[in-house]
Amino acid sequence: MGATAGGIDCDVHPAVPGMAALLPYFDPYWREQVTVRGIDGMDLASFPPNVPAHGRADWRPAPGPATGTKPGGAKPGSSLEMLRAQALDGFGSRLAICNPLYGTQAVYNDHFAAAMARAMNDWLAAEWLDREPRLRASMTVAVQNAELAVEEIERLAGDRRFVQVLFLAMGDAPMGRRQFWPIYAAAERHGLAIGVHAGSAARHATSSNGWPSYHIEDYVLNAQGFQSQILNLIHEGVFTKFPKLKVVGIETGFTWLPNFMWRANKTWRGVRAEVPWVDRPPAEIMRAHIRFTLQPSDAPPDPADMAVVLEQIGCDDMLLFSTDYPHAQFDGDAAFPEGFPVALRPRVLVDNPLDTYPRLQEAMT
Amino acid sequence: MARHVVATAGEIPPGGRKIVTVRGREIGIFNHGGEYFALLNRCPHQGGELCRGTLVGLVTSREPGRFDYSRPGEMLKCPWHGWEYDIRTGQSWCDPNDTRVKAYEVTVEPGETLARGPFVAETFAVSVEQDYIVVEV
Repeated sequence: MGATAGGIDCDVHPAVPGMAALLPYFDPYWREQVTVRGIDGMDLASFPPNVPAHGRADWRPAPGPATGTKPGGAKPGSSLEMLRAQALDGFGSRLAICNPLYGTQAVYNDHFAAAMARAMNDWLAAEWLDREPRLRASMTVAVQNAELAVEEIERLAGDRRFVQVLFLAMGDAPMGRRQFWPIYAAAERHGLAIGVHAGSAARHATSSNGWPSYHIEDYVLNAQGFQSQILNLIHEGVFTKFPKLKVVGIETGFTWLPNFMWRANKTWRGVRAEVPWVDRPPAEIMRAHIRFTLQPSDAPPDPADMAVVLEQIGCDDMLLFSTDYPHAQFDGDAAFPEGFPVALRPRVLVDNPLDTYPRLQEAMT
Repeated sequence: MARHVVATAGEIPPGGRKIVTVRGREIGIFNHGGEYFALLNRCPHQGGELCRGTLVGLVTSREPGRFDYSRPGEMLKCPWHGWEYDIRTGQSWCDPNDTRVKAYEVTVEPGETLARGPFVAETFAVSVEQDYIVVEV
């Protein structure tokens, strides 16, 4: 804990136990619909709770009785007491940002997605944020429909504990497209970052070559999903239009950045006339606007290479401390991978999160 | 530095170019609407024959989707990787501080003046009746 004390954990996962937990937060129409239609089990297919990585062994609730086809035990991340003891106290974090994932971004019906978003946000505020003052949150919105997403942002904007708007790495369309711009305008207006969490709405294959067969492929391909979002956001001109916007890659890894930056810069030099609003090398725009949570770090096998990769990334502002609690990314309290420069850690723990999430600064005074 | 006569004025029409060799260097001479510019025919990026590239306009943008097009024919795109150079200065668009191609002074001078020297005209018999393109190398 000593290594991370006082830090701001930018990715923890309170789990929605199931639709029963959200029912009180739906309006009567949707409560009836959810009940009558038997809607449940909205966990994303790309990262189901029983995947080993979904819960570190020592962070999983004790096994309870199995029900039907489900193994026993509550979902990892479903207990506030455990999150408080293991994530907040365990790492000495002064704040932690909750990123709940429960299918909303993948629902086909825009109106149901918006109802899910409202229910999830109100559930999170009442059951987590109200009970633990160190918690902050990403708001869930219906990214499928910008008008409905903006309505939800406006509804919640006054609650300063919400610091970010949450997307999945792979959705309906590339995030730079203008259909999404009203969401970015609202986020910039209210000082909210845009979070892009690993995961797919499964509208398109998770690989650009078509559907892969296995979980390992889906999981590793999230880095590519996020890379395509970065390229599209920059070259459609989102950061030209919204110069204060920050986009955070959550659980996408970051050690792939050097090659990605070099390739983008090199290509831009020859074809930049197609995108004249990109008036700087793309890597410069990444360094100014794109941020990454620390875990998973996908660290090089030789710890000495970690500093080399960071040197190649060429910017100390981009990484945000995260435990990814309760997901299994590292053992013990080694949230910083071996070889991570000690001098850089204070920035990653505190300064970079505060710069990325301006609303967090209010908690520091 | 010496002044070299490299072409007759009528030899390069507006929009045209001529690649000449002066003191062992290949240099592209461009006629842009009656103004002449000269650049080393070697892209500082990877050594491509820059002066054989396409002349295009300058495009900038104030906001996404807006194309502010100006200075048609004043940007030279390297045929190898498409890097753009300003024919007036040799400055690259993508890396203006660190990447530029050598630009040379070009003038058009009447044969009468040149006949008095000093100049170098290895391949030209200068006559007093014509104008000549002179590059300083």
